[in-house]
Amino acid sequence: MAEAVPGLAPPLIDGNKTLGRITRDVCAPIERRPGAAWWAGLAVSLAALAAGTAAVSYQIAVGIGTWGVNNSVGWAFGITNFVFWIGIGHAGTLISAVLFLLRQRWRTSVNRAAEAMTLFAVMCAGIFPLIHVGRPWLAYWLAPYPNFRGPLWVNFRSPLAWDFFAVSTYFIISATFWYVGLIPDLATMRDRMRKGVRQRIAAFLSLGWDGSARTWQRYELVYLLLAGLATPLVFSVHTIVSWDFATAVIPGWHATIFAPYFVAGAIFSGMAMVLTLMLVARVVLQLQEYITIRHVDVMAKLVLATSGMVGLAYLTEFFTAMYSGNPYEEFVFLNRAMGPFAWAYWTMVGCNVGVPLLFWFRRVRQNLWLVFVLSLLVNVGMWFERFVIIVTSLHRDFLPSSWSGYTPTIIEVTTLIGTFGLFFTCYLLFCRFVPVIAIAEVKGAMMEDRHEREALAPAHAEEAVA
Amino acid sequence: MPHKWGLAVDLDACTGCGACVTACHAENNIPTVGPDQAARGRAMHWIRIERYWEGEFPDVRLRFRPVMCQQCDNAPCEPVCPTYASHHTEEGLNAQVYNRCIGTRYCANACPYNVRFFEFFNPVWEKPLHLQLNPDVSVREVGVMEKCTFCVQRINAGKIQAKAEARELADGDIKPACAQSCPSKALVFGDASDPDSAVSKLRRSSRGAGLLEDLGTRPNVTYFPRHTEA
Repeated sequence: MAEAVPGLAPPLIDGNKTLGRITRDVCAPIERRPGAAWWAGLAVSLAALAAGTAAVSYQIAVGIGTWGVNNSVGWAFGITNFVFWIGIGHAGTLISAVLFLLRQRWRTSVNRAAEAMTLFAVMCAGIFPLIHVGRPWLAYWLAPYPNFRGPLWVNFRSPLAWDFFAVSTYFIISATFWYVGLIPDLATMRDRMRKGVRQRIAAFLSLGWDGSARTWQRYELVYLLLAGLATPLVFSVHTIVSWDFATAVIPGWHATIFAPYFVAGAIFSGMAMVLTLMLVARVVLQLQEYITIRHVDVMAKLVLATSGMVGLAYLTEFFTAMYSGNPYEEFVFLNRAMGPFAWAYWTMVGCNVGVPLLFWFRRVRQNLWLVFVLSLLVNVGMWFERFVIIVTSLHRDFLPSSWSGYTPTIIEVTTLIGTFGLFFTCYLLFCRFVPVIAIAEVKGAMMEDRHEREALAPAHAEEAVA
Repeated sequence: MPHKWGLAVDLDACTGCGACVTACHAENNIPTVGPDQAARGRAMHWIRIERYWEGEFPDVRLRFRPVMCQQCDNAPCEPVCPTYASHHTEEGLNAQVYNRCIGTRYCANACPYNVRFFEFFNPVWEKPLHLQLNPDVSVREVGVMEKCTFCVQRINAGKIQAKAEARELADGDIKPACAQSCPSKALVFGDASDPDSAVSKLRRSSRGAGLLEDLGTRPNVTYFPRHTEA
């Protein structure tokens, strides 16, 4: 049976469950009335969202002058938040598509929640390119659409136009992938619900799922194809976001390393955010036997690996600046580490390179409180990475006559808080209305795991005795 | 042959008086932002005088450098604009179409010379300054990027005048506000595609150099460094 066997990895799902038990466990949180904690969480999230909405409304009415940006530092908080949220949104596709193609069975416990996180993070990110412009009422000019001005199209040479395509494609594919993965579970919900509006909605959205072998076969083919389509997006979106910077001649931005550097950073921050959310969700929703220490351990290892890549990129940037002999490049990097924003730089290095080193220790990876704190610190560090790249490069560029500083205003900070409000509002609603774990996939993975164990267990037991 | 506008700046002649800055403000309806906003790095000067001190007191030397849009042939600000608000004209100017600008500020980030200025708030002109707005230049609203145009309104007026008088445009017919107001004639403006124009002759001199030209921006403003050690 699926008990711990010496020499074998611990089982994917604890508690030696039956298939029916899995359905009951995962559906329980959406079938009972929400508790006080859920309502409190929703109230706080909605309050943050309302504050953010007020801040953005004021900024749109009065002007970008309500932010701390100036003529030298044209981008700061807004674009930092944009890149931060896009980065958070990377773990979803990685877990759902890449790990699916790599046949990583452990993904089934977290993929639904990670994909939902991706969708909400991309929604938060998508707000910033629209509101950070001087005249947001004309932001639709970023999109190519048929018009009578010539017709006048967007400038296809501009990385901001590429951003429009990259982010919207990513959102559409992620949403499709998430929805397709939901269909069997929507059918489960349909079958378990009492007659009523919710049942009819679930029935409509499950597209007449009948659970036959033919339906399953087609479903799995579609899922595989979508995974194949989504995989390039894991790399393309953040590559294109990095080109917002890399195509400009500004020292600190103009670097060929940016694409891989940003992709590694995005996966790093996305995995950290998945860890943060999952560690809370498993306790609150009582899913400890589905999201086990083993899942946390694997994700902590992924965070550690991507942290190493990000650290290598930091070193490479310094090496390139020194080796190039370009005085502007050299200055920018020395200024990062020792200038007015040195505190931000060392926060970034400490949280992104120093702190994750603790994940080398198994005991740290298995101490859930410690993992939670470390994953929060990684999120902080990755926010600062974007801040450092954007602000320190702009505030001291070529001509000292236009050097300047940057201090965020209360409006900018409230806008960031508002996006967290939006994110958690969506996330709490998601936990209420949709199974947070892909029931059908977990069942499949658990049964495969169990059969393998049963086949291997006697041999291992003999080895252990010998 | 289309015109190609260029400017030559003689740093030997520049006294740093700031007349060009004032003239530019008056000609181009550039708002003043006040001391608070200026301290936050939001002052708007399409042309500025950079001041550099050299040496140790009391043996110090003062150098000035007027900096305006360099009207680059290979401008970093142009490809980054998603709406073509920042684009290249046939006469080699980096034009900014205010009506098309949505204010991404990407052009200002990309510009190595920091000569693009953003309307952070709706501009106000304290009375009676509102009476002296130049009717030939549009007033920009909040959220729009703006910059030196080489006084494109004067360029067009000069061309129309020459056409009305049925003659070719002569060197010196067109003077941007900065060049017109410079008391020491440190700024020379003209058509660089006319080999006999004053600016063409200056541009051919081996003394001239572009600002940060090793970035490959191919600027159309030529600086003549100081050769007197006064």
